[in-house]
Amino acid sequence: MPFLRVDVSSAEPVFAQIVLGVKRAVATGRLRVGDRLPSVRELARELVLNPNTVAKAYQVLEADRITTSRRGAGTFVARHRPVLKSAERRRRFRKALDEALADAVNLGIGVEEARKVFEGALRRFHFEEQT
Amino acid sequence: MSAHDPIVFDRLTHYYGRTRALDTVSLRVPEGSIFALLGRNGAGKTTALDCLLGFLRPTRGRALLLGEDAAHLPPALREKVGYVAEGQRLVPWMKVRDLVRFQRAGFRSFDEDYCLRHLRRLGLPLKRRIFNLSRGMRAQLALSLALAQRPELMVLDDPAMGLDAVVRREFLEVMIDLIQEEGRTLLFTSHILSDVERVCDHVAILDRGVLRIDAPLDMVKARVRRFHALFEGEAPPAPAIPGLVRDRRLHNELVLTVVDGDEEVERACRDLGARRVDCEGLSLEGLFIDYTAGRDLEGEA
Repeated sequence: MPFLRVDVSSAEPVFAQIVLGVKRAVATGRLRVGDRLPSVRELARELVLNPNTVAKAYQVLEADRITTSRRGAGTFVARHRPVLKSAERRRRFRKALDEALADAVNLGIGVEEARKVFEGALRRFHFEEQT
Repeated sequence: MSAHDPIVFDRLTHYYGRTRALDTVSLRVPEGSIFALLGRNGAGKTTALDCLLGFLRPTRGRALLLGEDAAHLPPALREKVGYVAEGQRLVPWMKVRDLVRFQRAGFRSFDEDYCLRHLRRLGLPLKRRIFNLSRGMRAQLALSLALAQRPELMVLDDPAMGLDAVVRREFLEVMIDLIQEEGRTLLFTSHILSDVERVCDHVAILDRGVLRIDAPLDMVKARVRRFHALFEGEAPPAPAIPGLVRDRRLHNELVLTVVDGDEEVERACRDLGARRVDCEGLSLEGLFIDYTAGRDLEGEA
C-alpha cells in the first residue's frame, strides 16, 4: 500500500497510524470495497515494521468493521455497515470537527475561508448515498 | 507473566568495586517478544547482558536464561542462544570462510549451508580476513553466524552501533524476517530509537542501574503524558503529583511528565495559578529523554 506512511518519531503508536491510514484510504476511495489488503507479512516487509504491530492494526480494523478476513484468502475492505446509532455517529463527527475548527480559529482562518476549505475537503472524500 | 519466559532478571544487582552498575533489576522477557533494553551510555545495559550470558557473576540476585541460572549455564543451552556482542568481537585475523568453519565446530546446531547462503546473499567476500571487512560487513557477519545457530533466543548488544542508514535498514529487515519465524524471542540494546520503534514491542529503560520502565511500547505511549502549564510570572516549583517522571521550569512555563496523570494534574497546575495547561503525548525519544536526562541537568539532587 504505497499510500501508507508511518512516522516512527511520532507520539502516535505505529499500529494506530496504520489503522488511521487505512481508514483514510477507504474514506477517500483509494481503497474500495472488496480490495485485498497486503498480508501482515508483506506489509511488515514493505514498511520495515514488526509484524506483530501490523497484525495488531489489522485486528483493530477488523473489530471496527473496516475490513473482513476470509480464511486463507486474506483481508479485504468490507462493505460498510454502521454499528453505531445515528446520534452517536453525529456526536463523534461533531467532536472531530470541533477540534479542526478550534485549530482554524487559532490559525486566524476566517469563516469564509474555512467554509471554502471544508467544501473542498468534502469533494476529496467518497460519501455513501443516504437513503 | 509465565514460567516459560525465556529471560528473567530477578533482583539483579552488580557492583564493579564500589560502583553500583545494576540495582535490584527485575524483569521478564516474554516468549516471542522483541524486547528493547534502552539506557544512556553507562546505564548498565551491557552489564545486564553479561550477567544474562554468564560472562559476569552478579553481586546479588540472578538472571535466568531459558529457565536456567545464568551463572551455571550448561553448554547445550548456550547453543540455543545467538549472541552478537557490542563491537562484534570476531577473531580479526581469520578469513570469513574459516570463521564459519570454526563456528560450525563450536555449535552442534550450526547450519553451515544457511550461513553461507545468507553471506552470499549479502555479498560478503568469503576469502577476506575479518580485519579487512567494513564495520557494516562485520556486523552482518556476526548476525549471520548467530542466526546460523538456529537459536531459540537472540541477544544483540547495540548491533546498530557505527552502522550507516543503509546497513541498518538491511539489518532491520533481517530482524523482521527473524520475527516472522514464530516463537523467536529477541533482546537487543540500541541508541537508534527510530529503529527500536520499528521493530520492538516491549521496552525497558535503565537509568544509572535502575529500571525505570518495563512495558509494551504502546502502553507506555498511552500512559505517559507531558503537561505544559503557563503562568503569568515565574513558574512555581512542581506540585507533588503521583506518577511524576520529570519536571522542568522554563521561565513562565512548568513542564511536567506524568504517568497516568489527567485532570488531576491540570487541576493542581490551575491551583498554583496556571492560566493555561496543555497536554501532549510523547514519542519514544521524548519518553527516553524524560526518563533518563534526570535532574542532574537542573542541578537538583
